[in-house]
Amino acid sequence: MKSKMILFALGFVAWLLLNWPPDWQHSLTGIFIAAFVAYMTGDLFIQRPHVLKHPKRYWYFVMHYIPVFLWECLKANIDVAYRVIHPDLPIKPGIVKVKTTLQTDTALTFLANSITLTPGTLSVDIDRDNGILYVHWIDVRAKDIDKATAQIVERFEGILRKVFE
Amino acid sequence: MIIDVIGLIFIVIGFAFDVFGCLGLVRLPDVYNRLQAATKCVTLGTCSILFGTFLVVGFIAAGMKCLLCMIFLLLTSPVAAHAIARGAHRSGVKLWEGSVVDKYAEDKEGEA
Repeated sequence: MKSKMILFALGFVAWLLLNWPPDWQHSLTGIFIAAFVAYMTGDLFIQRPHVLKHPKRYWYFVMHYIPVFLWECLKANIDVAYRVIHPDLPIKPGIVKVKTTLQTDTALTFLANSITLTPGTLSVDIDRDNGILYVHWIDVRAKDIDKATAQIVERFEGILRKVFE
Repeated sequence: MIIDVIGLIFIVIGFAFDVFGCLGLVRLPDVYNRLQAATKCVTLGTCSILFGTFLVVGFIAAGMKCLLCMIFLLLTSPVAAHAIARGAHRSGVKLWEGSVVDKYAEDKEGEA
């Protein structure tokens, strides 16, 4: 039930933003549509609603995760741009394994997305039972699982654990 | 006035990254490397263009849609790249011959 209500609120906000500036006809339609969508798919949206109650998690998400993510994203772009315009094409690609200790779906999704958007790495597959991610690395600096984990995952793991677990 | 200039700077940076991303799509050797260029550069480049547009037009209908598009692009583009990479590997697309290691193939040998 809680999951459905949260999905209803988020869906309604997205609808209002799509129909900016708001007026009462669009808002009324939006209420019906958001209610229908929440009724049909609400149970799939959030498994653990109690996580949303801690204000500290939002604080960590906004003040710790987003700045780190944007900075890494910018570095990733400059890195790829440098590799692409360099005449010798300095790449040394390969798929490495990294370990993670995160457990929940949301945290793993955010970790995989963050890995994809940070310098030189692209998550290929995940093995949830063993906590292993397969990561394509454009410039392999460590084939060993522990060293690769230290270089790829640890930037985000601590922050994401505080936010989502 | 000054906010228009900042918005235009964002749009120009976005265009530059999009161009680098497309260049990477042409120059890099295999599907995984190309996905790297396509995902990173095109995501941030397009987000930068959308944010610049938002700064120029302000809080009107188009600006709000720009913000919404940024959020959805940031959420969906890495997932799409992940799905394409996994699908390519599962259907047997080989890594470039200069690749140094493929742990995924070593682990998945028995399963296919």
